[in-house]
Amino acid sequence: MTTQFFDEANVVGKTFSGFGVDENSLISILGKWNKDEAKTFRTITTFFIQDERHFEKWLVEHLDQLKREFLRFQDAIVLWTMHPWERDARLIKKALTDGPKSYNVLVEIGCTRKSDELFGARKAYHSLYDRSIEEDVASIVTGIERKLLVALVSSYRYEGPKVHEETAKSEAKTLYNAVKNAGKKHPMEDEDVVRILSTRSKHHLESVFKHYKEFSDGKGMEEEVEVYLSLKHTVECLSTPHTYFIKVLEEAINPDADEKMKEGLTRVIVTRADVDMKVIKKEYPKKNGATLVDKIEQMANGNFKNFLLTLLARGE
Amino acid sequence: MGDDSGESGRDKGGDGSCGAMGGGGDWDVEGGGGWGTNEELIISILAHRNAAQRKSIRQTYAETYEEDLLKALDKELTNDFERVVKLWTLDPAERDAFLANEATKKWTSSNQVLVEIACARSPQELLLARQAYHAHFKKSLEEDVAHHTTGDFRKLLVPLVSSYRYDGDEVNMTLAKTEAKILHENILKKAYSHEDLIRILATRSKAQINATLNHYKNEFGQDINKDLKADPKDEFLAILRATVKCLTCPEKYFEKVLRLAINKRGTDEGGLTRVVVTRAEVDMQVIKEVFHRRNTVSLDHAIAKDTGGDYEKMLLALTGHDDA
Repeated sequence: MTTQFFDEANVVGKTFSGFGVDENSLISILGKWNKDEAKTFRTITTFFIQDERHFEKWLVEHLDQLKREFLRFQDAIVLWTMHPWERDARLIKKALTDGPKSYNVLVEIGCTRKSDELFGARKAYHSLYDRSIEEDVASIVTGIERKLLVALVSSYRYEGPKVHEETAKSEAKTLYNAVKNAGKKHPMEDEDVVRILSTRSKHHLESVFKHYKEFSDGKGMEEEVEVYLSLKHTVECLSTPHTYFIKVLEEAINPDADEKMKEGLTRVIVTRADVDMKVIKKEYPKKNGATLVDKIEQMANGNFKNFLLTLLARGE
Repeated sequence: MGDDSGESGRDKGGDGSCGAMGGGGDWDVEGGGGWGTNEELIISILAHRNAAQRKSIRQTYAETYEEDLLKALDKELTNDFERVVKLWTLDPAERDAFLANEATKKWTSSNQVLVEIACARSPQELLLARQAYHAHFKKSLEEDVAHHTTGDFRKLLVPLVSSYRYDGDEVNMTLAKTEAKILHENILKKAYSHEDLIRILATRSKAQINATLNHYKNEFGQDINKDLKADPKDEFLAILRATVKCLTCPEKYFEKVLRLAINKRGTDEGGLTRVVVTRAEVDMQVIKEVFHRRNTVSLDHAIAKDTGGDYEKMLLALTGHDDA
């Protein structure tokens, strides 16, 4: 076997293990390998196992993985082309089906969309599933985050600039006390915490979070509630959504990511491309060394990669 | 009065029809700006107009006199009559926003107004009310309701006003059975503000709730509201019963509000005005039928006996309105 062969084997190996598949390489390389080269490939990669009946058998897990990778481009296109209301409704339905590890998507949609966009998602949900979002969230979520999640998806926040500083300050104090009291009462069970975070306008909350630091010696609320995932995500999404989205991207690109986390890559880029992607791209390298574009060049393949890069380049 | 020295642009002649009226072409501008005792005119003009026409009148008035008709009315009229005219002139979404805002400021007896708006309107109407609330009060409805209620009332009312129920006819019978059981269990335990009880009443579609409550009756022998009468003095139970009624048989709910208001029982002083105005274009004819059956006398007769003057005339003009 020549060095060229091993180079080609590396390319195929990479395209079978990243995000999406490199269609062109697969066509040109696999299309020309002879029987010996194909057999050698099957012998040396980890995607196949030597079967007792003397043939290299494709690992089932990897076949499933491959199926998902081929679909990744399709899913991205479909998600991108959808009306944003349908998109959010479907994402919510999927998160509810996927279970607690995906509930951050509920927080994401409840907190980072504009009021009318969130309401649009509620309308689309009626049309798609003959149910309301709140009734599904309320009946499917059983953990301690239920109250908060139901409230977040039901909100229809005022979007004007008017803020009452006195109220903001007193509500910051209320939040701070609830966090301090966490030992006795779970902050997500605290009605005032839920009320403040799910009903107040975003501008008002900006002021609340600012005042919070006055009580906590400069520590932001999201730091203080780190152990309460849904609460942490809520505060992040309401104050600095780009920080939250960067974390989702990092988690997706992590080699240990499972399929649900990997889906975060498509979801974030598709849903934020025309919203705050510029900020996300700007802030990403600060903790990650490389730029987001470089990371995607590295980790993704083929049409899927090109599509993501095209979305990332929008508005430039 | 009739002193018009300060009025500019008012047509003092005979027919002062304002141009682009679309439906209210016989609007005699004499009835505007410094009306003196022209309540007759106000009743006859406004009472018989539908929402779109009233909106048009308000617009034209504002263009002609550079003042909101409602502000002008405020200056001229007295209490009950003023209130009914003002409420009637507002468009339904603004009206609901206004009533809701008022309700968050008063004491508990006005929680039922919030229940009416959250449950007796369609999901789309509730959305419009929430939008109007943003526009007028620079806050969201739910933040005010949350801020001004506590305990069990807040647990129920916030989800109610935040709901956007599925409004179709799809019903899941298995779910109806399961949820009827959940309701019953919690009622037996007197856990009236239990999460699941509230979840069911606040999020399920009206069709689903109807199915659930029908099953409740079949399975457990009586109407859920009978079971919710355990303590007649408990205000929270009263609100729960109101919620159920508004969701399933609003005409019966409104008949009762009218009956109590007319006989001056209970503390819902604004009930008569509120129900007549908010249901005039919706289901007033049905309510009248229910009222007659329940009270032997007709609603109009009862109103005539209990009220007088222009207030009475306006109310009667409204109860004669056609349903939507």
